[in-house]
Amino acid sequence: MKAAVIVLPGSNCDMDAYHVLKDLLQLETELLWHRETDLSKFDLIVVPGGFAYGDYLRAGAIARFAPAVQALPDYIEAKRGFVLGICNGFQVLTEAGLLPGALARNIDRKFICKSVTLRIENADSPFTHLFKPGETLELPIAHAEGRYFDTPAQLEKLEKNKQIFLTYAEENPNGSVNNIAGIMNESKTVFGLMPHPERNSETLLGSGAGLKFFQSLVYSLEAVHG
Amino acid sequence: MATKEFLVKVLIEPKPELLDPQGHAVEIAMHELGLETARETRVGKLVKYKVQAASEEEVRKKAIDISNELLVNPIIEIFSIEVETL
Repeated sequence: MKAAVIVLPGSNCDMDAYHVLKDLLQLETELLWHRETDLSKFDLIVVPGGFAYGDYLRAGAIARFAPAVQALPDYIEAKRGFVLGICNGFQVLTEAGLLPGALARNIDRKFICKSVTLRIENADSPFTHLFKPGETLELPIAHAEGRYFDTPAQLEKLEKNKQIFLTYAEENPNGSVNNIAGIMNESKTVFGLMPHPERNSETLLGSGAGLKFFQSLVYSLEAVHG
Repeated sequence: MATKEFLVKVLIEPKPELLDPQGHAVEIAMHELGLETARETRVGKLVKYKVQAASEEEVRKKAIDISNELLVNPIIEIFSIEVETL
């Protein structure tokens, strides 16, 4: 099994994600420069947090045209492996149309950097199956554009398909509709969330609860690859 | 065919149904500065560029295409285009 963390110009959580996959989960992991287009050897691709291309125009708007991101639709279509977008990576995946919706400016206009309480809304996915349904956990958020938004029709579809796997449990820090913090695509192969599980994957940094998301993915891959 | 130079302005603003906190804050400041009747304030952005083309029609068509592809996110934004012959 092999994982890749895409490094875009302006990514700044790439090493955190790499550390979790490589050091904590002993997964063979590569940092993949954004000019690369061959994703075929990877079972998991992480689009990390940061400020790719300075967030110019809109967060993720220019990053979606990076060659490695342009290679994602074929990778997803072929069901080659899982794709995970964290924070800026989530913004990139929505801008690329690989996840529905958009991330607008936070409702109070501020960049918010703090720990928030989240609830697992759907534990029946490769990214969440080690959690209990309804379980709450704390993860840090650090973003200015995290207000999830979509049309009422699209939101209804997300709810109906149980694609919302994570919500803000106590306070809604950014004004996201339906308290949405993380969603997945219909085929449960692409996951995006604004909170940072990689920043709370060791007890040195908190409860370590974020590690379970990555473990879920690895166990799911092991079930496929043996 | 001879080409001319055009100036294109793409005006982008948050969708009407999307709460615009920046516009709201600016409007409060405008009220405090005496412009009490200001309402429906929206803060967007302007992208302007010069481009060579054979006709204004071609410029408009390409401006709409690049807006939908790159400049605008239609889920949260709307846009309008102004074209000026230079």
